[in-house]
Amino acid sequence: MSGHDRIRRWASWGAGILLVGLLGFGAFAWRPALPAVATPAPSSFGSDVVAHGATLAAAGYCSTCHTVKGGRAFAGGYAMNTGFGTIYSTNITPDRDTGIGTWSKEAFRRAMHEGVSRDGSHLFPAFPYDHFTKLSDADDDAIYAFLMTQEPVHAPDQPDALPFPLGIRALQAGWKLLFFKAGRFFPAPDKDAQWNRGAYLAEGLSHCSSCHTPRNLLGAERSGAARYTGASIDGWLAPALTGANPAPAPWTSAELSTYLFEGISRFHGTPAGPMSPAAHGLNALSPSDRDALVSYIGSLTQGNERPQATATATVKALEADKTSAGRQTDPDARLYVAACASCHYNGSSGINPSRPDLQTNTVVHLCDPTNLIRVILFGIDAAEGAPELVMPAFASGFSDADVARIAGYLRRTRTDQPPWLDLEKKVAAIRAQKNGT
Amino acid sequence: MHINFQLNGRAVSVDAEPETPLLWVIRDQLGLKGTKFGCGIGLCGACTVHVGGRPARSCITAVNAVENATITTIEGLDPHGDHPVQQAWRQLQVPQCGYCQSGQIMQAAVLLRDFPTPTDADIDAVMAGNLCRCMTYPRIRAAIRIAASLMPPKVAGE
Repeated sequence: MSGHDRIRRWASWGAGILLVGLLGFGAFAWRPALPAVATPAPSSFGSDVVAHGATLAAAGYCSTCHTVKGGRAFAGGYAMNTGFGTIYSTNITPDRDTGIGTWSKEAFRRAMHEGVSRDGSHLFPAFPYDHFTKLSDADDDAIYAFLMTQEPVHAPDQPDALPFPLGIRALQAGWKLLFFKAGRFFPAPDKDAQWNRGAYLAEGLSHCSSCHTPRNLLGAERSGAARYTGASIDGWLAPALTGANPAPAPWTSAELSTYLFEGISRFHGTPAGPMSPAAHGLNALSPSDRDALVSYIGSLTQGNERPQATATATVKALEADKTSAGRQTDPDARLYVAACASCHYNGSSGINPSRPDLQTNTVVHLCDPTNLIRVILFGIDAAEGAPELVMPAFASGFSDADVARIAGYLRRTRTDQPPWLDLEKKVAAIRAQKNGT
Repeated sequence: MHINFQLNGRAVSVDAEPETPLLWVIRDQLGLKGTKFGCGIGLCGACTVHVGGRPARSCITAVNAVENATITTIEGLDPHGDHPVQQAWRQLQVPQCGYCQSGQIMQAAVLLRDFPTPTDADIDAVMAGNLCRCMTYPRIRAAIRIAASLMPPKVAGE
């Protein structure tokens, strides 16, 4: 046999294997389209089911990603800048042409549980079906009922901006094979009912770990000890929810509860950035569900296990505050006192939650200054965090160097952590990103 | 864009670019001139107003940041200009040129809510962001002490 023949033979074998592989993958990735149905009339759903769905939709933040700023609720178009490219959220109003008006309850359940669209195409995991798969059918149906009773909005989907071949949806079947396991929530037998209810909400509906768990190179949440150890999201840092959280005042049940449901924690300040709509959404939960969520998250933070740390942190914070009074010789301290102390100083009488303390606040202790810089530059709007609490935006008044000096000063005087490096460059980069992402 | 908020107890709706400083809206669009423009970078306190009862430098607070919030300016601090801080200010004739004083009064009013019996250190730290080029600081501090004695006792739960 000549060399040519041998190459030809190998090539034909190779092509054959490739073809079989492609066909096999195609069969594996293929999902049938589900039939288009008549849009169910809003009156066909019980009002209690719709109300339950509204609560679930709020605590699952559907509108946060499925609404563009200033646009109609649930009409999609919100840009998600992932490491792979930009994906736009879709219209989930019951519009027949551009929304989910032709979707049956079964199609909706399949999307939630398996990440497959009604037409059979695979959804990208920017849609957290890896969490929603844990939801019960009854809860899925309630969300479906709620969405189907919304005003239909004609808003065509925006094409995603993903480089080839990432935009091929069939390849998502491979991603699912590697990282996704469909399945409902199973309560942990060694935990009580409250904890399990909290786990159902946090791991399923509210998908906390979507932001608070770092992702691997292919965009899947890392497992094991990496879970809930914090991650970058939309230009912010979602802090660790485990013992790795560096806040000196522990995240106890009480602090988690006031932070999530009253918009402010005495020691940790107010939800900002992407956490702000999350906290607002969770407000829809019933009191018992709130307690359940706090029970579960509290078991991650283990804050209740070191109650004495709160008192220690408070003493240290008030001690640090004392340096804000009187003549300042350090130019950084002068800048801090002039710009920040009028609202952040607490004096000897204790920490006032309306005067967010910058020694106990998690943000000053994080390994990365991003969140602190963002809040200094862009402030906090009345609609974010605690009701009506506003922090002005110092972006127009402060140079990059000014912001870097204040961040560096707080890091130096309020924490035992190593200094943040290249602060001024980071400020410039965040300023260039503008507010939002 | 249209932005709605409460100003001194009445609902207002303004049409402004979202990033417009609240101070410009209050002075130029809504015509309340008691709040002053000082440094424009949030470092002198002359533009201090209350947003949701907390002090805010209105020169660096964008108007879209206060959507649906409750705003109080010096004109609305007390319907008769008789807030304990204003009484004390009159009693000691605190102002000299007066330019910074509405900001000083607005800041002092919140200071006394947060620190009903403030120490000198409390006054210095909280008032440090409010500058007075006439150097009325000793009278400001003394007036805050008088105002503290005039403040109605704090209602539980407030």
